Amino acid sequence: MKINTMAEMMANGETPEILFWVGCAGSFDQRAQKITKAFATILDKVGMKFAILGKEEACTGDPARRAGNEFLFQMMAYQNIQILNGYNVKKIVTTCPHCFNTLKNEYPELGGNYEVIHHTTLLQELIDQGKIILKEGGSFKGKKISFHDSCYLGRANNIYEAPRKVLEALDAELIEMKRCRTKGLCCGAGGAQMFKEDEPGNKRINIERADEALETGATFIAAACPFCNTMMMDGVKNREKENEVAVLDIAEMIAESMA
Amino acid sequence: MQYVQQVLFCIMAAGAIYWFSKKVAEIRRNIFLGKPQDLSDNPGQRWNNVILLALGQKKMFHNVPVAIMHFIIYAGFIIINMEVLEIVLDGILGTHRLFLPYLGEFYGWLINTFEWLAASVIVVCIIFLARRNWLKLKRFISKDLNGWPKTDANLILITEIVLMSLFLTMNATDQILQDRGVAHYEPTGSFFLSAQLIPLFEGMSNNSLVAIERIAWWIHIAGIFAFLNYLPYSKHLHIALAFPNAYYANLQAPGKMKNMPEVQNEVLYAMQPELAPANAAPPASFGAKDVFDLSWKNLLDAYSCTECGRCTSECPANQTGKLLSPRKIMMATRDRLEEVGRNINANQSFVSDNKSLLHDYISVEELRACTTCNACVEACPVSISPLDIIVELRRSLIMEESNAPQEWNGTFSNIENNFAPWKFSPDDRDKWANEMAS
Repeated sequence: MKINTMAEMMANGETPEILFWVGCAGSFDQRAQKITKAFATILDKVGMKFAILGKEEACTGDPARRAGNEFLFQMMAYQNIQILNGYNVKKIVTTCPHCFNTLKNEYPELGGNYEVIHHTTLLQELIDQGKIILKEGGSFKGKKISFHDSCYLGRANNIYEAPRKVLEALDAELIEMKRCRTKGLCCGAGGAQMFKEDEPGNKRINIERADEALETGATFIAAACPFCNTMMMDGVKNREKENEVAVLDIAEMIAESMA
Repeated sequence: MQYVQQVLFCIMAAGAIYWFSKKVAEIRRNIFLGKPQDLSDNPGQRWNNVILLALGQKKMFHNVPVAIMHFIIYAGFIIINMEVLEIVLDGILGTHRLFLPYLGEFYGWLINTFEWLAASVIVVCIIFLARRNWLKLKRFISKDLNGWPKTDANLILITEIVLMSLFLTMNATDQILQDRGVAHYEPTGSFFLSAQLIPLFEGMSNNSLVAIERIAWWIHIAGIFAFLNYLPYSKHLHIALAFPNAYYANLQAPGKMKNMPEVQNEVLYAMQPELAPANAAPPASFGAKDVFDLSWKNLLDAYSCTECGRCTSECPANQTGKLLSPRKIMMATRDRLEEVGRNINANQSFVSDNKSLLHDYISVEELRACTTCNACVEACPVSISPLDIIVELRRSLIMEESNAPQEWNGTFSNIENNFAPWKFSPDDRDKWANEMAS
């Protein structure tokens, strides 16, 4: 399968329907690369014409801004907006809620105006339109799945239903954790915490959240963010449950279940 | 003798209103020590928030029984205060139950309603005292509230119980005096609840009853004036500031952080020097080190906080034993602002005290623990954003003091040089795509 970059498309005089913003985790992190590949496979299967920025993509600046380094954030935003506007990008989909939030909410006042959607919303649309056709009796049918709300999707952008609707399409049994939706507990990665040790305390946040997810008795923990995914996986491993409970991105579940 | 009472009353009322207005002006001045922030857009949506969040207390209803009890105190207290209008006029004019002749039977109905509300307020205040002091709810036994804040909360509840009890005592003795046909005590008809207290006072002489009725009346109104003047020093100020705070609540996506146009421009001028104005002065400082560097809305937030702790009980860092408590961030901001206010009162304008909100009131460790998850913002019933303050202080730490943990310095340098927070080669960014092609 050939993944086109914007540069290649431009050279061929083509315009993609949508730009897939992969994000740093999706590009470099081995675990998150699987999510990226799953999502690209879905886009390819439904015949959506998409492109990536490839080597021209750079960190949106989200962790820098949240750590307090506004200079670095503004530098990254400047570069990215130059590139995106240069390609006259209109619509962006991203598998990372942090990239999603920054592109959607923070770039407009810096001159970057795009229609930005998160991949769970796009997946829901594609299912609703009948473009994603799922296998009868897929591997998640009747399985217990608990969805972990990502802060930057949920509270930050009020997206609670799209990921759940996608999971419902898998014919699975959705079990909510006690702290869900607006009260969902953070995985511990946001605000640049992903890139440093926890402050002194009595428990790691990701373990607290993994415990809550494990308590539901679900065999799958569904995530919609590469950072949540890593944090939850680490939590599950810490409790030595990785053989019984899998942490998967919603895109991976759909890719596996497509007819 | 009557004139003396009237004069005394007028002096008391004028004094209470004078001191209160003075303190209100001081708080207003303190709030506007903050930086300008334009929040005048979308008045329709803002009024909607006032109705839903402040008047309707929408977020309180996540816990229905508590919301109902809180609503009883709030509605009860406000509605009963309509009676205060009559009490104040009686005090000034030297009359007794001034509205009775004009309202007739409706008067009795009104007072009966007030009494039911008063009794409900007493019951709820007792339950709230129990929740605070004996049920050991986590957010109420937190070390955030050690000392004055805990006393403040109890004082408010006790004062409300006392004021309401005085109102009922006043009405009970009044009814006995009416039955005995004592002058000035015109028949009002029976008040159901205070009538239940009559057996307590029945054996007393007319003089004692008049004395009790008058003393209850005086302490009740004096108590209300005292409470009014206590408000500005107390967390209870939220009964007033919840309204403007709901009006000026953030209307944008909660995930969006406040832009720093001064930094945006610096970067723009560095990239495109031709755009830089000839006389561009570099910005004075970045982020917030002290209350002056926060926006006026952050400072209004600090005065609106009633220290309920819903933010802290939802905070992932706090729940896992970290030092950060969003409630404490708000309390520290108010404490510092009050200190700055006293400094200004004493010196006309602020004289440096070698202290700042950052470090002296809020520590680096607290700030470092925040995941920017917005749980505190979502939880707050009165539209406060502790996160906004945390981020502004973090900006000062990083951009003014270059104070970052080693790992973050590495992250920053990776983002700057490799365009990703990890040390990967930018050339490998699309490696996954090449893998898919093969």
